[in-house]
Amino acid sequence: MGLINRPETDVVSYDPKGGDGWVTTRLDFLVNWGRANSLWPMPFGTACCAIEFMASAASQFDLARFGMERMSFSPRQADVLICAGRVPFKLAPVIRRIWQQMLQPKWCISMGACASTGGMFDNYAVVQGIDTIIPVDVYVPGCPPRPEGLIYGIMMLQEKVKRERAADTSLRNEMDPDPTSQLYIPPSAINELSEPFGNSIHQQRSGL
Amino acid sequence: MSTPFTPVVGGSALPSDAPAPATERNVPHRGGPANPSAEALRAKFGAAVLRVDVVWGETTVIIERTRVQEIVRWLHDDPSQRYEYLSDLTGVEFRDAEQPIEVVWHLRSIAFRRFLRLKVQLQRGQPLEVPSVWPVYKGADWLERECYDMFGIRFAGHPDLRRILMWEQYKEGFPLRKDFPLRGRFSRAEQLRQALAANPEARYSMEELSIADAFEDLPQEMRNRLRSGEKTGE
Repeated sequence: MGLINRPETDVVSYDPKGGDGWVTTRLDFLVNWGRANSLWPMPFGTACCAIEFMASAASQFDLARFGMERMSFSPRQADVLICAGRVPFKLAPVIRRIWQQMLQPKWCISMGACASTGGMFDNYAVVQGIDTIIPVDVYVPGCPPRPEGLIYGIMMLQEKVKRERAADTSLRNEMDPDPTSQLYIPPSAINELSEPFGNSIHQQRSGL
Repeated sequence: MSTPFTPVVGGSALPSDAPAPATERNVPHRGGPANPSAEALRAKFGAAVLRVDVVWGETTVIIERTRVQEIVRWLHDDPSQRYEYLSDLTGVEFRDAEQPIEVVWHLRSIAFRRFLRLKVQLQRGQPLEVPSVWPVYKGADWLERECYDMFGIRFAGHPDLRRILMWEQYKEGFPLRKDFPLRGRFSRAEQLRQALAANPEARYSMEELSIADAFEDLPQEMRNRLRSGEKTGE
């Protein structure tokens, strides 16, 4: 049982005489350290968030400090999908396919209000949060988030990666969507996630 | 198929002593001098011109639905008009349910530095159909498709009237119509299910992308693929 204890994330303990468990812990730490510091982003920029994302990647904020200087425009060589901007329903099968083309291990950052919830676009054309299409690891709020916000989200994702355990069998499960409906969460959950909130409840356009 | 390209110089049809173009000041809301093309249309087409409005210095000519193509072709071809450029084409539906739905063409004559707005009013209860101006302006292709997609107005004579913004299997109706609810007609789950069922690839053949004109200039390998009937993205 001691073999899969959660490793210390900020302390490297190397104690060969300390008893059981040190080898697995050490390997987890090494692998996670490597993964967390070389997350290659797959930029999926559809709107103004992508401008902030580009600013994050440019020299002022410099994503290269986090090992992310290589934008991977091929999903096959990407680790983290950064969805920056609103996703219309017409793009839903596209982002789903990009996610399915990415290889494990993979993560997803939903950047900005629109990607996370649909934002101000509570209308017929926009997906109300990409978590209804693909699983999301980190949500970055903001409209659009400043580069500091995105970098904070990336650091949160790095924390998450560093806490993973190789023995955790639940981690790398590919979510298979329901073959008939192509949805991976139940329709009732999608409707609940897409509930209008805030001012948009009062929006009326068709008073006819 | 392709026609030679002749550049149009702005103001080239005006007399040489015409004043330089300048932003007009103190333009009245209604009234003021109308675009001379409106008078010419009245003289040429008579009863097909229903009304001429001048609003904020811009002339709107409301015309008969059935004679759109004839009028637009004349405006395009006649050397005294020369409306070379269709800058916009759209539909308008008003909140007042009694008001007719309008289709609007924005024409611009570069040579004469003129702007003319044509309108057709489609009365409620009539079929939403107007003639296509695609035979005159090839650029009307996607504009008419967008208008059809958003308002459901059909353009008779359009070569390929399909949805353009929404995907082709979209079943909820025409989003910019006033009776269309803002969030669409179906539940979010159903909308997502239908959207995910659409195949994002293989919508167009190469011919539809009108690459056929440039076929001889394509690389050999691409020509071979096109000959075998391949579609994009497959």
